[in-house]
Amino acid sequence: MDESKLLYAESHEWVSESEGQCTIGITRFAVEQLTDIVYVELPEVGKTLSKGDPFGVIESVKAVSDLYAPVAGEIIETNTAVVDDPSILTEDPYDKGWMIKIKIVEPVDASSLLDKAAYDAKIQGDAGH
Amino acid sequence: MGLQTPLHQWHSSSGGRLVDFAGWQMPIVYSSIQEEHQATRQAAGLFDIGHMGRLRFEGKDAVRFLDHVLTNRVDTLAEHQVRYALVLSEEGGTLDDVLVTRCPDHHLLVVNASNREKLLAWFTEKIGSFDATMTDETLETAMIACQGPAAVKIASEVVEDDLDSMGYYTARPGSFAGSKLLVSRTGYTGEDGFEFIVRTEIAEWLWRALLEVGSSHGIHPAALGARDTLRLEAGMPLYGHELDETIDPLQVGLAWAVKSKSKDFIGKDALAQRDPVRPVRVGLELQGRKIPREGYEVLDAEGTTVGRVTSGSFTPTLQRSIAMAFVPPALAEIGTSLSVAVRGDAVPGTVVALPFYQRKKA
Repeated sequence: MDESKLLYAESHEWVSESEGQCTIGITRFAVEQLTDIVYVELPEVGKTLSKGDPFGVIESVKAVSDLYAPVAGEIIETNTAVVDDPSILTEDPYDKGWMIKIKIVEPVDASSLLDKAAYDAKIQGDAGH
Repeated sequence: MGLQTPLHQWHSSSGGRLVDFAGWQMPIVYSSIQEEHQATRQAAGLFDIGHMGRLRFEGKDAVRFLDHVLTNRVDTLAEHQVRYALVLSEEGGTLDDVLVTRCPDHHLLVVNASNREKLLAWFTEKIGSFDATMTDETLETAMIACQGPAAVKIASEVVEDDLDSMGYYTARPGSFAGSKLLVSRTGYTGEDGFEFIVRTEIAEWLWRALLEVGSSHGIHPAALGARDTLRLEAGMPLYGHELDETIDPLQVGLAWAVKSKSKDFIGKDALAQRDPVRPVRVGLELQGRKIPREGYEVLDAEGTTVGRVTSGSFTPTLQRSIAMAFVPPALAEIGTSLSVAVRGDAVPGTVVALPFYQRKKA
């Protein structure tokens, strides 16, 4: 994935839109903040999500966090490799570490998400705390 | 803002993620909890434990006083010997768990950071009738732990002394770069290792020397996150989790540190009168990778809540989900099937012996 072309949610998921589908994962910043990811739980294929719905769980040694759908749609594929080996997320959160693919009903409203520059600005602020 | 150890600057400039811990700004992780944990198991981990309270007791009645407020024997401590003990309330609940060391001219008590102020007040209240004085030396000193199989080599080189001749749970004076320090062969990781108490001014110097000498042995700075997973694997209770003012040491399996038969101490009578079927601490091993976290419910075969998790993690060394929990004595037998409710799912598990991990003795 080209990080500069992705859209980002405040809750650190990334979205890549292509031909009526979205691929979703979590950002490197999120992975680094979590550190030591040991468990990933992803939903069943076929489930329908509204924007903002929790779709999975990511667990690190320190904490457990929900994953939130940055766009609405039906889940058509999940990345079971990440479930089997969460260390993939640490190595490659943007390609091998994708989490779910969603069939969308309407094009993604880019204004409801952040572009790379806006996301980078946001995490600069977060990291400062 | 919070209190800072003399290594604070080093932590922030070395990627340490600082959090508030019992009023102190302490690093929770540098790079990765699992990496720091594994380094400690396989080589050595270097920990800033300056937040631990260090209290000095002197005077004619110091031993008598400590025997009055601690559950373990202080009068039989040989010079340089260290002993684990509990401080109990009048009700028999645990105020703290501590290490007491007999130094040549005083006794040292190392207490939990979260309990330092409480204990200062408690001891001040109780010390009145004794010819003894208590001095809180926490802020004038630093404390550094070097833990792991390579610790003895690294530490011996740094303090220029053959530390391998020291027995476990002994402490003796040493010197580093012309300054005095106390070297204690103790730790909270389940590994062999040393804890050093030094004046704050030389703390960073000692820290850097240990890192430098240790670099060829695979030393890694390690923070509170790894300290927690290490002590959990080693089956060691942590105050605020497996110990608190409602929990007594017998529930936790610490009867060996409670000398009710051979001495008197605050809380002894109350301890004898506590409910004989009160919950006890057990170790649990769960299937899968979900982490049983503090507060999660423990369920019996029928799905009835029978207890609660007090600490849990997915352990780096064992690569398994483990927990400590309190359950009724009837369910505490090794091999008993119990599950833990993790976000709506009952994850199956088994009661296993503590500790989860034990190092191979050299």
